[in-house]
Amino acid sequence: MIAVIDYKAGNLTSVLKSLDATGALDEPGGRIVTEDPDVVRRADKIVLPGVGHFKATQHLRERGLEESVRERTAAGVPFLGICVGLQWLFAGSTEAPDVAGLGAFEGECSRFDAPDLKCPHVGWNALAIARPSLLTAGMRDGEHVYFTHSFRAPVVGHTTAICNYGGGFSAIVERDNIMGAQFHPEKSGAAGLLLLRNFLRL
Amino acid sequence: MLTKRIIACLDVRDGRVVKGVQFEDIIDAGDPAALAARHAAAGADEIVLLDITATHEGRGTLLDTVRRTAAKLFVPFAVGGGIRSSDDATAVFDAGADKVSINSAALSDPMLIDQIGRRFGAQAVVVAIDARRAGNAADAAEVFVSGGRKATGRKAVEWAREAEQRGAGEILLTSMDSDGMRTGFDCELTAAISQAVQIPVIASGGAGTAQHFVDVFAQGRADAALAASIFHFGVADARALKQELARAGVPVRLPC
Repeated sequence: MIAVIDYKAGNLTSVLKSLDATGALDEPGGRIVTEDPDVVRRADKIVLPGVGHFKATQHLRERGLEESVRERTAAGVPFLGICVGLQWLFAGSTEAPDVAGLGAFEGECSRFDAPDLKCPHVGWNALAIARPSLLTAGMRDGEHVYFTHSFRAPVVGHTTAICNYGGGFSAIVERDNIMGAQFHPEKSGAAGLLLLRNFLRL
Repeated sequence: MLTKRIIACLDVRDGRVVKGVQFEDIIDAGDPAALAARHAAAGADEIVLLDITATHEGRGTLLDTVRRTAAKLFVPFAVGGGIRSSDDATAVFDAGADKVSINSAALSDPMLIDQIGRRFGAQAVVVAIDARRAGNAADAAEVFVSGGRKATGRKAVEWAREAEQRGAGEILLTSMDSDGMRTGFDCELTAAISQAVQIPVIASGGAGTAQHFVDVFAQGRADAALAASIFHFGVADARALKQELARAGVPVRLPC
């Protein structure tokens, strides 16, 4: 069973629809939208979607979801954070300095601040594959995917794909079973569905 | 490099596309779901569905149309037309839209931008501005509502700034002077708005040739452009348009 964590930040319709469209779910509807830590504890895979403000991730701690994610990922269960879900995997974000992230990756997320740079970063931008990885298997270097965000995570040792917008940032991070995508695979056409399929097949 | 977006627009009335591209292999050329899928396959970076249904009865049909269109669409999908409240927006998001485009309702109740933005995120709120210059300087362009029938007395540049401050994620700017003329986008107006705000600006109105898109991305500083009737005249589809743009040096995402 795949747990899609709902922490009341935006709508999940597109993510659910795209998981269904991969054809890689064990059974039709083999994903559950949940805000219950006990359901997360029973999950074989965990997806954390997210749009909006980093502050919304404080609900994860308040509701005991962070603890359940820590337990399951320590047990090797694959985890995928999308957009703010990726940012949450880092130590924190200047968007909400009082809210700590999971800290699976070092560094802090910060706002695009180069002069003459439109913010948010909205649209299709290219991925530079940094090294072969589970999520990017079968993906061509330079593939375009859809981003929409104002804050970005730094490039770290576990960055497997980099995007460039006023400098490089982490488009995909992977550390064993803990993974994140800054772009929206559910809105990135065939390339996005490929990434989701790669994740679901782990 | 961030590419320039080509957004395909479907005008829908009572659940049917009233003007759109008639792809050869689509049996029902009035079906929004079939047309949206074809535009996406041809390389459109995004789909906008504008509901021009005048009646309240048509609203229920709209949600069904959004649901059917969103079901097999894996590119961003925006819906506009007749969204007057946060509840209207919620219903459209629940049906599968990623963004809502609000126009007249935002002008009569600007807090609507804040409300939808707070609940669904700024990326989900597009503020559509219909502006007319009538020969004046771009900075003096005035905002019109109710499908361009009613002047508001507000300057487009100022309204765009307010929309941004309230939490809009993008501006969809339609030049009423250029709309339907096929003589090119209003690059001056687009540039004036684009330089006034930090959020992306989508240009609309006046496209007749691929060169018009090249111009609005360069001189007009547009981040995206809406393609509607151009697909009727001369340019076959998003793929053909993007190939021409790529040859002209515009960064675009070419479909596989």
